[in-house]
Amino acid sequence: MTTTAPRPSFTSQASNYLDERTSISTMVAALGRKVFPDHWSFMLGEIILYSFVAILLSGTFLTFFFEPSMTAVHYDGSYVPLKGVEMSAAYASTLDLSFDIRGGLLMRQVHHWSALLFIAAIGLHMLRVFFTGAFRKPREINWVVGFILFILALAEGFTGYSLPDDLLSGNGLAIINGMIKGIPLVGTWISYLLFGGIFPGDDIVPRLFVLHIMLLPALVIAFIGVHLVLMVVNKHTQFAGPGKTNDNVVGAPIMPLFAAKAGSFFFIVFGFLVAIGSTFTILPVWDFGPYDPSPVSAGTQPDWYIGFADGALRLAPGLESEIFGLTLSWNILLPIAVLGLFIVLVMFYPFIEAWITKDQREHHIAERPRNNPTRTAIGAAGVWFYAVLWAAASSDLIATHFHLNVFQVTWALQAALILGTIIVYWITKRTAIALQKKDREILLHGFESGNIRRLPGGEYVEVHEQLDEYQSWKLKAYESYAPVMVRPNANGKITPATHLRSAMSRWFFEDRIEPITRSEIEASKHHD
Amino acid sequence: MATRKKTGRRHPLASTALLLIGLVAAGGASAAVGTIANAAPAAESAHTQALTVQDGAELFRANCATCHGMNAEGTEHGTSLIGVGAASVNFQVMTGRMPMAFQGPQALERDPMFTQEQSDAMGDWIASLAPGPERPAEEWLDTSQVSDEGIANGGVLFRINCAMCHNLAGAGGALTEGKFAPPLGDIDAAHIYEAMLTGPQNMPVFNDANIAPEQKREIIAYLHYLDDNPSVGGFDLGALGPVSEGLFIWIFGLGGLVAVTVWLTSKPN
Repeated sequence: MTTTAPRPSFTSQASNYLDERTSISTMVAALGRKVFPDHWSFMLGEIILYSFVAILLSGTFLTFFFEPSMTAVHYDGSYVPLKGVEMSAAYASTLDLSFDIRGGLLMRQVHHWSALLFIAAIGLHMLRVFFTGAFRKPREINWVVGFILFILALAEGFTGYSLPDDLLSGNGLAIINGMIKGIPLVGTWISYLLFGGIFPGDDIVPRLFVLHIMLLPALVIAFIGVHLVLMVVNKHTQFAGPGKTNDNVVGAPIMPLFAAKAGSFFFIVFGFLVAIGSTFTILPVWDFGPYDPSPVSAGTQPDWYIGFADGALRLAPGLESEIFGLTLSWNILLPIAVLGLFIVLVMFYPFIEAWITKDQREHHIAERPRNNPTRTAIGAAGVWFYAVLWAAASSDLIATHFHLNVFQVTWALQAALILGTIIVYWITKRTAIALQKKDREILLHGFESGNIRRLPGGEYVEVHEQLDEYQSWKLKAYESYAPVMVRPNANGKITPATHLRSAMSRWFFEDRIEPITRSEIEASKHHD
Repeated sequence: MATRKKTGRRHPLASTALLLIGLVAAGGASAAVGTIANAAPAAESAHTQALTVQDGAELFRANCATCHGMNAEGTEHGTSLIGVGAASVNFQVMTGRMPMAFQGPQALERDPMFTQEQSDAMGDWIASLAPGPERPAEEWLDTSQVSDEGIANGGVLFRINCAMCHNLAGAGGALTEGKFAPPLGDIDAAHIYEAMLTGPQNMPVFNDANIAPEQKREIIAYLHYLDDNPSVGGFDLGALGPVSEGLFIWIFGLGGLVAVTVWLTSKPN
């Protein structure tokens, strides 16, 4: 009996061809089994990645037509209200992209909307990682890499915003110039260096262009690469659940299910951005006119992601002092210092928390925010602080649209910035602890079923039902830290750092709610 | 028996479509009724013609004198109007800013309380007290005489002289102590001209030596060009710039995509 081997299919031949030359199969085998937990918050990073692809594609189109030059030209395109007006070649080519190049306006709007979405999604992704404690060991470095990506994205956004050389973005550059010049001693020289002479000069647009399309994107791509490799190496975190432990990841592997989902999600994000870009105007530069240092517009705002810095400038008190002939403008130095401190604190938060907890174990279970009340409260206070600065950037619009006095709006926001942050911290912490207590109560005594029984003696009782094993696991599975004690070191001394750590640790964990113990559950069962 | 195709009203989107149709119908009907209800009564102009300066004085004493004084000399509640000219009266009365709805940081715009003839009569009487800026001649309001370059020049003048309060896109802006510069969309040519000429409320005066009548006409032509050529890039989100764009991308952009992620990771029941 003879059998002929079935002829291998085209696909297997093709993949064999590739594999023999690249040994790619080992990588596919390894990566194809990479598991993604199926919770929606784990897909926020994909929104970032896909909108970045949209930015790259639309941006490439724009570079074909954009002219990064500040050479003076007289506009001769089809937009009537700027006919014959003197402007830079950068602005004229932006107008041509908007009015005279087929598809140019769509691409500009897709590019800009994608950029706004890119940074917004980064913000939400960071909040997810922060509030679930997914930055703990072994992921601290990836948090820092991600945070650098966030800063790079801000830089990309700002350099791109300034390129069209319109009056609005020029106002923004004038503010940056003012901030730089506000730095004592070196400010003026830095400004001269940046603008190639007196502001605005005619070097800034070509310089920003090189940063915007070469250096910064290269850095963003490199850091995204590092970020993703570290994500694969460290694996995803996951929420606790039956079968989901610190030592495994439960979810869908990349091949084939997740790849299909992610692939379709890419097209959804891309299509969504094109739909927005084709129906909603963004930055109508033709309304603003070419940059000219003399006119300044009411209601000048930066794009949303720079708003917090603009807001900080608006809320800072107008103080000024003079030392040895140097003018110190506190209305500029204070915001720079406060925002700098804020950024450093966020960037190094994982290390700060690890130092306080003295915890050197690996953590692969995403915490529910309520189970770490102090961190959640710090996060909420930070969000509030940022949001108030952000809102302050539109203080004038708040005033006109609600018919308020713009001074009173500013005072209210100043109060909200300082008092509100404290209040939000306190409310969040108490809420988280209250939720933990509620979880405890449900575990020990069950939940109210709405089922009211009348006992033979006439007494009414509500039947409490117990959660099943699956549901209760979610509430039980967490750990809590005890405050670190002050102990002398090997030399028998108690250093100030030890005192500080102990104080911080008490602040974090003093009023913690301990996770429920087995004996407590046993006791409650006997009680029933 | 042939099975009927599962289409039409059983389609899962049918209820959404029905809701949309209902909303559009209701909205359209309410807008139509509103147009009819708000239409100006046509009969009014029949008996308000040929008013004299004396009629203007009487109208003034009946409606304005409480604050501005019996002879427009002013009181502690309102400034003197001697020498403000007919242009100022026309602007304040015909944009509804006067009589003031209430004492506030700034007189607000509303539907005018007087007809054009009544306003003109009051203006003539004010002008008869002392010379002041006159109502602009038709020639300076006729923007059809402005060329494309003139419109562009109007834009340049607007950005230099007006944008710092009224915003580059004419969307308005905040001033001190609750005062504000109003948005400049859809404003009558005469009112724009008179505002520049008389500097109402907090606005500075741009007299003819400052901005010549031809230039004022160019600015008007520029503003009217913006009115007639609305946003080319799609919905303009109130032309408020980055603030509304940021809110839009957070709420609808990111919100929409988060909804998609929830959908993608949902498990069938």
